[in-house]
Amino acid sequence: MKIIIPIKRVLDPFTQARIDKQTQSVDLTNSKMAMNPFCEIAVEEALKIQESGHATETIAVSIGADKTIDTLRNALAMGVDRAIFVRTETELNLQPLTLGKILSAIIKKEGADLVIMGKQAVDNDNNQTGQMLSGLLDYSIGTFISKFKLSEDNNSVEVCREIDTGIETRNLKLPAIVTVDLRLNEPRYASLPNIMKARSKPLETVELSSLDIDTSPRVKVLGVEESGSKDRAAKQINSANELFEELKQLGAM
Amino acid sequence: MSTLVLIELNSDQVSANTRAAVTAAKLLSNKVDALILTNNSNYAKSVSSIDGIDTVKLITDDSLEHVSSEVASKLVSDVMDGYQYLVAGSSTFSKNILPRVGALLDVQPISDVCEIKSSNTFVRPLYAGNIMATVESIDPTIILTVRSTSFEHAPDGGSAPIEQLTVDIPKSNSSFVEIQESKSERPELTTAERIVSGGRGLGSKENFELIEKLADKLSAAVGASRAAVDAGFISNDYQVGQTGKVVAPKIYIAVGISGAIQHLAGMKDSQVIVAINNDPDAPMCRMADLVWQVDLFEAIDDMLKH
Ligand SMILES: Cc1cc2nc3c(=O)[nH]c(=O)nc-3n(C[C@H](O)[C@H](O)[C@H](O)COP(=O)(O)OP(=O)(O)OC[C@H]3O[C@@H](n4cnc5c(N)ncnc54)[C@H](O)[C@@H]3O)c2cc1C
Ligand SMILES: Nc1ncnc2c1ncn2[C@@H]1O[C@H](COP(=O)(O)O)[C@@H](O)[C@H]1O
Repeated sequence: MKIIIPIKRVLDPFTQARIDKQTQSVDLTNSKMAMNPFCEIAVEEALKIQESGHATETIAVSIGADKTIDTLRNALAMGVDRAIFVRTETELNLQPLTLGKILSAIIKKEGADLVIMGKQAVDNDNNQTGQMLSGLLDYSIGTFISKFKLSEDNNSVEVCREIDTGIETRNLKLPAIVTVDLRLNEPRYASLPNIMKARSKPLETVELSSLDIDTSPRVKVLGVEESGSKDRAAKQINSANELFEELKQLGAM
Repeated sequence: MSTLVLIELNSDQVSANTRAAVTAAKLLSNKVDALILTNNSNYAKSVSSIDGIDTVKLITDDSLEHVSSEVASKLVSDVMDGYQYLVAGSSTFSKNILPRVGALLDVQPISDVCEIKSSNTFVRPLYAGNIMATVESIDPTIILTVRSTSFEHAPDGGSAPIEQLTVDIPKSNSSFVEIQESKSERPELTTAERIVSGGRGLGSKENFELIEKLADKLSAAVGASRAAVDAGFISNDYQVGQTGKVVAPKIYIAVGISGAIQHLAGMKDSQVIVAINNDPDAPMCRMADLVWQVDLFEAIDDMLKH
């Protein structure tokens, strides 16, 4: 069984996003970039499945401009077998519908039965791509998963989903897509020898323009602004008494 | 223009975020219908009494109690014929379904809408809410999930007719096994007026019970940081933040929570924020209205005695 892991390169999640007034977009020049944290968890899970003998091959896929290669190298260094880089001419803001169409073209070509991806990308916070891809491919879908267990015969998988009311367990027939939540596993670090080894692993580049997919955005960004948080007093208090008095004064209690 | 609202039920109760979705739907069009997928037709009554709904469309089948994304998205997309909008509250329920509806209808949905600017222009958060983007949809059908903290919750007061739809329920490749629901007598996190939220600073599951005691004393809901959930102090459905729940109570008391960007994303619109922390440099202290620099156990003790 082949596993495909779509991964995204994003602004480092612990870096504050800033806007470049001139281009009216988020300023990413010289910013620290990283693999989307949910995608790291997806890669880790794929590697574990492979180590348990259930998968024959793990393939990371990322869509973006040239720098995206760094993120794919990172996945190779973590341990995936090979990578597919879908290259866009410029930093396009591709939306989940388009990403879904691109990924579905790749998945059909590779013939993968299991796709593991992040539940959301921490830049756009869309939380859509996996679900949309499942609709395009007509695969089963398990979203927000925190546990994953393949059946012995590789025909189905039992997943636990973190939902607003608790934890739901479902059984998905393969082919399936799962989108992973944070508590699924602890991603490994790439060791130095593995970083070296990753350089010689196969990394195929596919030009987006060669795929014949309409990439025109359906949702246009008209403008962005930094959401200044409310100005708050940060008034020091020293006792429960003072706290409750202040809350009363503020009309909150 | 007409809008379909996908209803989320918590057993027989309409969820708060569905009520926010109804309010948003009314801003978009003057005809608002509701769609319920359920195993129990009695649940339609609570929906027909929401103010502002024209017709309740009801699909019932035993298999719909824990409906899969695969089945729900097919049913919803079939009903969508003739509607310009599909709206639902931002929740794991609708985020599981609506994007797949989008794929079936070849539409790009818009998540977490906080403001409706015009019939096709919306404001939504990016980067854990640090950036707000104004976006315009050019799709002929528009699919939205809306933040329940950004729209009024539509009250009761209506009496919409209920229309039973007869449809074939598609077969699903995924099946329900079980659900572990956390039941609590406390106010629900996303609609509570007061929240006491605990972080890693609590140190253990036993100590976290102090947060629950304090919440009970203040008639507040309990919240938690991701670190507290990861450490097993409390279950996942209490997590507040970018990847948890978004709340905006009158009072948010953060106990032993440092205030990482991802946590602030879920609570920064609270009316009054109280930081209880022994580190004055914790980001939470910088963005609070009231800061109590103290050992949290001492503070909780003082509050419980009060
Ligand atoms: C992709 C991603 C998504 C995330 N999503 C979320 C999310 O949705 N929600 C979320 O909360 N986090 C989220 N996080 C995690 C987030 O980055 C922080 O790691 C987390 O919020 C930290 O939790 P904490 O504040 O409880 O712990 P810490 O950062 O360890 O803070 C503990 C605080 O307690 C204080 N303290 C300790 N002992 C005492 C004492 N005795 N008395 C008083 N104060 C004390 C310390 O001074 C410190 O400020 C996410 C991270 C990533 C990468
Ligand atoms: N440019 C991309 N290339 C590959 N995978 C992506 C890309 N963007 C998003 N994804 C995948 O889709 C998931 C969810 O993203 P989103 O729907 O944008 O929140 C991510 O965690 C990735 O697994």
